[in-house]
Amino acid sequence: MLKKQHRQAYRGLLATTIIPLAIALTAGSANAGKFGFGTTPTKAEIAAINIDVMADGRGLPAGSGTVAQGKAVYEAKCVACHGDNLQGVKITGGAALIGGRGSIGTTKTKKTVESYWPYASTLFDYVRRAMPFNAPGSLKNDEVYAVSAYVLNRAQIIKSNEVMSAKTLAKVKMPNRNGFIPDPRPDVHNYR
Amino acid sequence: MTTKLNDTSDYPDLSEFDEDMRDSVRGMVDAEKRALAAREQTDEADDCACKEGMFPGASRRSFLFSAAAGAAATGLLPRIAQAAAPAGAMEFPVAPDSTKIAGRLTGDDGGYGSRSQFETAVRWRFPTKTKESSWSMTPLSDGHGMITPSGLHFERHHGGIPTIDPKKHTLIVHGMCDTPKKFTMADLMRFPRQSRINFIECSGNGLTEYKRPFLKTVQGTHGLTSTSEWTGVPLSTILSEVGVQDGAAWILAEGADAAVMTRSVPLDKAWGDAMLAYAQNGEAIRPEQGYPLRLVLPGYEGNTNIKWLRRLKISDKPFQTREETSKYTDVLDGGKARQFTFTMEAKSVITFPSGEMKLPGAGFYEITGIAWSGRGKIRQVEVTTDGGKTWLIAALQGPILPICHTRFRFPWKWDGNPALIASRCIDETGYVQPTIAAINKVRGLNGHPKFASVYHNNSIMAWAIGADGSVKNAAHKV
Repeated sequence: MLKKQHRQAYRGLLATTIIPLAIALTAGSANAGKFGFGTTPTKAEIAAINIDVMADGRGLPAGSGTVAQGKAVYEAKCVACHGDNLQGVKITGGAALIGGRGSIGTTKTKKTVESYWPYASTLFDYVRRAMPFNAPGSLKNDEVYAVSAYVLNRAQIIKSNEVMSAKTLAKVKMPNRNGFIPDPRPDVHNYR
Repeated sequence: MTTKLNDTSDYPDLSEFDEDMRDSVRGMVDAEKRALAAREQTDEADDCACKEGMFPGASRRSFLFSAAAGAAATGLLPRIAQAAAPAGAMEFPVAPDSTKIAGRLTGDDGGYGSRSQFETAVRWRFPTKTKESSWSMTPLSDGHGMITPSGLHFERHHGGIPTIDPKKHTLIVHGMCDTPKKFTMADLMRFPRQSRINFIECSGNGLTEYKRPFLKTVQGTHGLTSTSEWTGVPLSTILSEVGVQDGAAWILAEGADAAVMTRSVPLDKAWGDAMLAYAQNGEAIRPEQGYPLRLVLPGYEGNTNIKWLRRLKISDKPFQTREETSKYTDVLDGGKARQFTFTMEAKSVITFPSGEMKLPGAGFYEITGIAWSGRGKIRQVEVTTDGGKTWLIAALQGPILPICHTRFRFPWKWDGNPALIASRCIDETGYVQPTIAAINKVRGLNGHPKFASVYHNNSIMAWAIGADGSVKNAAHKV
């Protein structure tokens, strides 16, 4: 009995509220199908957080950095966790950044920027957003370019006279560039 | 007290893990040992007949204050020594007869309740090197039904838990769309809402168990999965609002934590069942789960469910972020790695009886556990009590929901002889939960002395019950 009344009330609600709303939403205006909530962000608001860098270099900012400049940045801000020789420091949890090239999938698998990371853009993107661990997002773009150059040079991926910038960084060919394949799941085909 | 910390001698040899993993696994062993040591202490302090540890974590705490203080003397006010209460509880005196004295006053809890002081189940923190980049595991053996209490939902953080004022938080949606938008939380809450009960599972759940049985408890082997009711705005509503342009195929989701966590999400998923969630289990999302806004991608590996969501950028290509290249990828034999493994496949585990419990003797037990699949509903769960020779169908506790923990139950009369028990599930696509041998065969780990793949282990889990009632990890035995 109550249930029936409830249903009728709900139908009434549909008739008076939801259907007019649906009509309003599909009316043939420029805002068709839209609620109109939210505001238009300013260019500055977007720019302030639009920090991603894609594999083809889209998103790389202006600026540049050399290997020598990067060494200075590294020694000031990275060495405590990643070590003198970029070998990682266990007690801090800082990962090894170089070494292990050719080891992936062998009994001596060692995943580092040098051995495993497929794109240099990821190095720039990650350092800029999340490093150094105790002051994330504090490096200037030139510093990020520089320290990326230093890591790539110590990984013997770029020469010591190469300068990293929006033009050069995306062109760096990482050793494990072709090391990834799409996932074919389900991979165990046991169906009933 | 026999448990020694910083000692892995009663665990298998760690040298089979690669260097990075070895540290993590050592930490995991440490977490488990601490928890087991705490339990031993509790058992020793407690003078109750249920010392067998059949239900570890269930309350056997001694009541430190009740004997000395007495309920009448204290007027049943909460003790100042709150530290004595387990996390999430307050310590109160226990009257000898609760019918002979009025209880606590309504509203004295300030209007938000806490759990009983006798309940001790907690998440363990996996002791990684920094507490900011760490994870904690759900005590599955203490769970009932299918919902995980919000305070016990597993965690994974890469830069700590940010404290975010919801009045100041915004979500910006931009990139390949007609009208970029900025939404406040109030804006988002005006859109039509949706609630759905879904599990979230870290793809690293079970990483220690690939090679051989390793950790001892189900919290250690399977505690990186939890189920909550999530409420929010369907992401498709927001995509309609901004107008996605032709050629778009991926969306970058970005968090407002110190790691500024990012993952690329296929646009199909975003148009499908993706949700911008602001509520969990009927209240605002917990800070450690992404307050005030989290992307929920039902059935996708946990890491893609970006917490503290601040930005969505629509693009034509994936962004190749750190987490989807150097992490969360599975290396196969030969060196190639699988990338963009999103769906968590069908999996189940028996949570009672499970590792480090002790059955007091032969007789009736209800075997129970959970099953889940990122592809939909659980169709069937089967249980073996003879090491896989025979499998019988378990009862499923309804409602059976898609992409959700489903509780199964199986009545069992234990004859007191050693037994090997396990569960396997079948989801609505017909996919059968595989053995670890079948997984390792297709992922090419056979013959490898060390791990290559550590993520996405959804294999059958077994427990061995000894004649003395002890329960041990028997992964790989079924």
